[in-house]
Amino acid sequence: MSKGRYLIFLGCAIPYRVSAFEVSARKVLAKLGVELVEMPEFNCCGLPLDPVSHEAMLVLAARNLALAEQKGLDIITLCPGCAGTLKKVNRMLKEDGALRHSINQRLKEVGLEFKGTIEAKHLMQVLIEDIGLERVKDSVIKPLTALSVAEHNGCHILRPKEFIGFDDPEDPKTLKTLIEATGARCLDYLEETECCGAPSVGVNDKIALQLARNKLNHVKAVKAEAMITICPFCHIMYDTNELRIEKMFNETYGIPILHYPQLLGLAMGFQPEELGFSELRVDASRILDKTKGGK
Amino acid sequence: MTQAECKVVKASEINPRFKYEISKMHGAEKLMRCFQCGTCTSDCPIARYSESYRPRQIIRMAQLGLEDRILDSDTLWLCASCFTCTDRCPQDVEVASVIRVLRNLAAERGHIPQVFREQFSSILESGYAYKIPELRVKRRELLGLPPLPKGNSESIRKTLRGLKPEKFFENNGGY
Ligand code: SF4
Ligand code: SF4
Repeated sequence: MSKGRYLIFLGCAIPYRVSAFEVSARKVLAKLGVELVEMPEFNCCGLPLDPVSHEAMLVLAARNLALAEQKGLDIITLCPGCAGTLKKVNRMLKEDGALRHSINQRLKEVGLEFKGTIEAKHLMQVLIEDIGLERVKDSVIKPLTALSVAEHNGCHILRPKEFIGFDDPEDPKTLKTLIEATGARCLDYLEETECCGAPSVGVNDKIALQLARNKLNHVKAVKAEAMITICPFCHIMYDTNELRIEKMFNETYGIPILHYPQLLGLAMGFQPEELGFSELRVDASRILDKTKGGK
Repeated sequence: MTQAECKVVKASEINPRFKYEISKMHGAEKLMRCFQCGTCTSDCPIARYSESYRPRQIIRMAQLGLEDRILDSDTLWLCASCFTCTDRCPQDVEVASVIRVLRNLAAERGHIPQVFREQFSSILESGYAYKIPELRVKRRELLGLPPLPKGNSESIRKTLRGLKPEKFFENNGGY
C-alpha cells in the first residue's frame, strides 16, 4: 500500500478537546510529504465500550476498518487507544475466520464487509517505519539543542506487546529517538512507562490525579523543561490537570506538556501559532523563547 | 473489597463452574494458569494508590468461583486497562482481559458506571463517544482544521442490535 497517503482517523478525544495535537500533526505530516484523506464516515473506534461489551467494541472497530478498506487506504491515528484497538481487531479478524464471519454478518446489514486488506498505524509508527528517521531528521532546519525534555509514551502505544509490538514496553526507544531527531535532549527519569491515570478519571479521580502527580514529580526531579506526549488522553491528564494537581497536593511544576508534533514542528521552523501552542493550558513561553534563538 | 469483606468464604457463595465458564471466553482462556505470584498486583499502577483494588485477588476469586462477590463489586471498575499485568504475568494470563471479561459479565447484571452509559448514547447519536461542543467545532474552523466526519446513527444502531447486555443496547445505554 502507498506509504504517502493515509486515511486519518481522529477518534473522539481529539475532536472533543485536543485540537493542538491535530493541528501540529497535520502540519508536520504535510511537510514530510504525507497526504491525509478524511474518513468518509465516523464512529468511535470501540475501545470505550470494551468494558461493557467486547463484541460491541469488535463491531465498531470492524466498521471503521471496513470503511477504510473501501477507500483502499491504510489508517493513521493520532490516538494510541484507537491505534491499538484497530490494530488488535484487524489482526483478530484476519486470523480468526469464525469471528470474522460473525462480525461480517452484522456488517452485511449495512452494506459493509471486513476483508482484511489494510493496516492501521499510529502517527509514531508511521514516522519511524514508513517515513523513516532519516527523513524526519532531514526535515529539521532549526535544531532545538537548547532544550532538555522528558518523554511520556503512555500505555496503549506499547501494550499489550503481543498486538502493538513495534517498541519494547519495558524500555521504549522510539519516542526518545524521535525527540532526539529534533536536536532536543531527552532525559531519563524514574518510572517512565507508568500509566498517566486517565482511564480512571470519572471512576476514581483521586487515584488518577495521584498517578499524574507521581509522574510530574519524577519529570521535575530531572529538571525537564517540558514533557512530550503522543496521546490525547495523557496530554489532557497532565496539561489540563497540572494546575489542579499543584493546588491539591501543594506542588509546583510549571512544566509545559507538548504534543510530539509540536516539538517536531518547531524544529521544522513552523511558528508556535501554526502549531496550536495557544491551546495549551500550561504556559510554554519559556521554552518558546529558548527555541527562538536559532532563527 | 476490603479485607473484612473477604475473610469468610461460604461454600454457598461459590459457583464451582464459574472458572470453566469464563475460561471459554475470549481473553480469559488462561485464567487457570495463575499461580498467585503477585506480579500483577505489585506492578499495577492502580493497586499502588487504591486500598481495595488487587488484580491478583480478583483472579483468585474468579478461580474460586466467587461470582457474586466479584461481579457485584465496584472495585472491578477501577482497572485502568494499562496492560502492564498482561505483559508481565510469568504465566501468560491476560490479566487485563480477564478483568474485561468479568466487567462484561457485571454489565449483564446492570452494573455499568455512568460514564459508559453516557459514552454509549453519544456514540449512537453522533458516532463520537463525547458530545463535541459547538465552540470546539467553531474553534476547529479558526484553527484551519477540516470539518469533522459525521457518524451514521442509524447504521451504527443496526450493527449493534441484539448484542449483550441487551437492555443496555436496546435502551441506548439505559438498563
Ligand atoms: S502475575 Fe499472573 S500468575 Fe502472577 S498472580 Fe498475577 S495473574 Fe497470577
Ligand atoms: S491493566 Fe488494570 S489490573 Fe492490570 S496493571 Fe493495569 S490497572 Fe492494574
